[in-house]
Amino acid sequence: MSDEPTHPITLTVNGVRRSQPAVARRTLCDYLRHDLGLTGTHVGCEHGVCGACTVLLDGEPVRSCLIFAVSVHGHQVTTVEGLAEGEQLSPEQQAFGECHALQCGFCTPGFLTTITAGLAENPDPTRDQAVAMIAGNLCRCTGYHAIVDAVLRAAELRRERS
Amino acid sequence: MVGRYVGAPVRRVEDRRLVTGNGRYTDDIGVHTGTLEAAFVRSPHAHARIRDIDVTGALDVDGVVAIYTYEDLAGAAAEPLPILIPHPALHAGRTAYVLANGVVHHVGAPVAMVVAQNRYLAEDAVARISVDYEILPAVVGLDAARAAEHAVHEDVPDNVAAHLTQQVGDVDAAMATAPHRLELDLEISRSCSMPLEGKAVHARWDPDDGSLRVYSATQTATSVRAAIAAKLGLPLPKVEVIAPDVGGGFGVKIMHPWPEEILVPMAAIRLQRPVKWTEDRREHFISSAHERGQQQHISVGFDDQGRILALDVTFWHDNGAYTPYGIICPIVTSTQLLGPYKPGAYRVDFHSMYTTTVIVTPYRGAGRPQGAFAMERTMDRIAQTLGLDRTAVRAANFIQPDEFPFDQGLIFQDGRPLIYDSGDYPAQLEMIKRLVDWDGFADRQAAAQAQGRLLGIGIGCYVEGTGPGPYEGAHVQVLTDGSVEVAIGLTSQGQGHQTVFAQIVADELGVPFEQVRVTTGDTRRFGYAVGTFASRAAVMSGSAVALAARSVRAKALRVAADALEASEDDLEIVDGVVAVRGNPTACIELGQVAVLSNPLRYAFDEAAKAATQFARPADPDRPPVAEGEAPGLESRDYYSPPRCTFASGMHAAIVEIDPETSEISIEKYCVVHDCGTLINPMIVRGQVHGGVAQGIAGALYETLDYDEHGQLRNASFMDFLMPYVTELPARLELDHQQTPSPLNPLGIKGAGEAGVIPVSAVLAAAVEDATGIRIESMPLSPSRLFHLRQDRPGEGPAQ
Repeated sequence: MSDEPTHPITLTVNGVRRSQPAVARRTLCDYLRHDLGLTGTHVGCEHGVCGACTVLLDGEPVRSCLIFAVSVHGHQVTTVEGLAEGEQLSPEQQAFGECHALQCGFCTPGFLTTITAGLAENPDPTRDQAVAMIAGNLCRCTGYHAIVDAVLRAAELRRERS
Repeated sequence: MVGRYVGAPVRRVEDRRLVTGNGRYTDDIGVHTGTLEAAFVRSPHAHARIRDIDVTGALDVDGVVAIYTYEDLAGAAAEPLPILIPHPALHAGRTAYVLANGVVHHVGAPVAMVVAQNRYLAEDAVARISVDYEILPAVVGLDAARAAEHAVHEDVPDNVAAHLTQQVGDVDAAMATAPHRLELDLEISRSCSMPLEGKAVHARWDPDDGSLRVYSATQTATSVRAAIAAKLGLPLPKVEVIAPDVGGGFGVKIMHPWPEEILVPMAAIRLQRPVKWTEDRREHFISSAHERGQQQHISVGFDDQGRILALDVTFWHDNGAYTPYGIICPIVTSTQLLGPYKPGAYRVDFHSMYTTTVIVTPYRGAGRPQGAFAMERTMDRIAQTLGLDRTAVRAANFIQPDEFPFDQGLIFQDGRPLIYDSGDYPAQLEMIKRLVDWDGFADRQAAAQAQGRLLGIGIGCYVEGTGPGPYEGAHVQVLTDGSVEVAIGLTSQGQGHQTVFAQIVADELGVPFEQVRVTTGDTRRFGYAVGTFASRAAVMSGSAVALAARSVRAKALRVAADALEASEDDLEIVDGVVAVRGNPTACIELGQVAVLSNPLRYAFDEAAKAATQFARPADPDRPPVAEGEAPGLESRDYYSPPRCTFASGMHAAIVEIDPETSEISIEKYCVVHDCGTLINPMIVRGQVHGGVAQGIAGALYETLDYDEHGQLRNASFMDFLMPYVTELPARLELDHQQTPSPLNPLGIKGAGEAGVIPVSAVLAAAVEDATGIRIESMPLSPSRLFHLRQDRPGEGPAQ
């Protein structure tokens, strides 16, 4: 094995405390995917433009390809694996299926985390606000209309469930 | 055909897995198995001779396991990669080696591979490998390729890889006598598929039985398998290839075998360890494939009604450094250029040219967007010349509904005659005119102009040969619990194949949709297939799945008739139960039919007991498995069509140009589309939306910006302007026409590429209509339009 030095870190991922040492230069997305085995977070560009790797850091959407794992020691991270409550899909996840807002699904985790945070902040967006909410994420399959529909549908589902 | 499921917007079975983070893409495979990772030294030069590769510095890097250069290759792996689709006109086809053999022909070409404990360490080692290059002249762009001052390949001094002419009728005579003549020079820039997941390969060698398993983010598992077996000298049955969840393809992943698809398995075998490589974004830009780049010269002769009497097209196609995919793209341009029209005489002549840039292989549309651009720009110029409505000129040239099957007299990309199967273009034109309010636009435009606003409208038509052969197959099996397992050979990259093929089987077999499971792109389950490209999956695999399900249904009825002592003709299958019509008590579940179809000696569960030899009386003179039957309620069938189906469509758009900044806004984009029978309108809508988005991207934003040295200056998402939601029109209206194909059992024509094809033509026409500036090359950025308007003030403003 490589003897590249590691640093002990502890963080809470999807509500579970994880203590897994990290190499200093390990990005958060690689740490989540390859050290913790949470492969739902996807890496699309590794330069912070596409948004596929977006996770929630203490509830705020961040690009996990631009963050070192060691820098989130002591923080809370939510990935796409942490959005559903047991078997019940989150409103955002359910809306994506209903609206056909995903095709290949590769960019989807980043959209879902982004929208989850966006609706927490603005639970009743207009269509223009829904567009703004997803304006930092790239999707190559859908042409985005269905994703905007899904944002609005998720807002509706949130209201129905609360 | 419309059934309970076929034709309905059934929700996708893929989605639950994908929205919960439980997809399995290639880079997700084997995370905990100690998989080694590869990284590549890639050429920083567009054209160079390699004098020396010095790896000594890299050997000291902690965690490095192996380093490979060309010298380390053996056997077929050391030979050039294959020309996948040979063609007699490809007289100077050239392909790369999996690792550079002395010369590199584009920036990004793989020169050495490092395998290490992880990607970080592999890249550390890559940085310490020193390559001594003798730089050779770059050949960038079609002008340089045609000038041929420098050759890309030493033994191809004119840079011409292929030259092909096709002609129908006497073009010279028809041109000479035509009442009107026009010439156009057009250009389309490079673009590319750019899926969100790049390429990826994961290989495991099993030393105990000498077998190899490879996961690849590919559009063709079966052909990658055959290529790996051939290149690594393995018997085909010892190689299995799986395309797991694939994060988009759009054409680039039908190209194969990529060097990495050979090298990663080779390393896994030599090291006897799992090895993987996952392409990063920059690698995808500089070492996968591009498309689109063409220059076109068109001469057209026409009459007073705008009917084309002679069409003479010459074009030059930039095929990049090599021709592994043959000349499919320019053949498609040259044939599909005709669209829904029937010119009096047609000649097309193309040269496929080498440049020291990334290879060019099909990207969604695969040469059609360029063909549609040529034809539709020509139609608009004819209308302008004659002072006729642009739709009237198109209508005057349409193939009529009673003329199908219509033979264009050319040879298509599948080597077969270009014969359109069905369609109704005049009706389609009426639909698109209504959808965009074509007839009401002139008043709107005039009113807007009075307020100093520039509005324009454009239209574009296309015909798309879909579903080329040679074949696809399917295996359908009813298990003893009544669930149905379906396997097809072709792959899925987001098209919802697990859903649509389950819809077909559920209807054909008479079982609930939820009981059908579909596996795609796994050579362990289905070994004979071609791949997912050319809008062919629904046509080809859809038909094969229907045929296999029908065979299974027929067998179920035979077995059930025997068990129920009824005539097959009196039986029906509803909700997974075979019953005598009108006597629902005389029935048997399909799962039980599956049990009976497989006579057993050993009972290993409750269901199996019924199939054992003492379970029920049997005719002692008949064999347990009837003659001509096989055990199991299953069937494997193939669909092999005589030729392609032909989908078609018409798009129209209204744009507004900012008079000061030349910003182009699409107010409304309309699509009328005929893909024959719709299996799932929700999925077709998604395909069309996504295609239009890529079309708009190619028309207004995306280009691949090479400098004269062959450096790609925009090889990142910071610089390659892939649209976000904010770049796409808020209004996209879609209407379907359905003219079922007579060529296959379900009447399907295919929908994957439709959305992208005419978009550049449509937007060029709309911008031209708004500004009066002639648009002859794409993409069209606001700054380009701004300069065009400054440079050619005489052409504008709008009429």
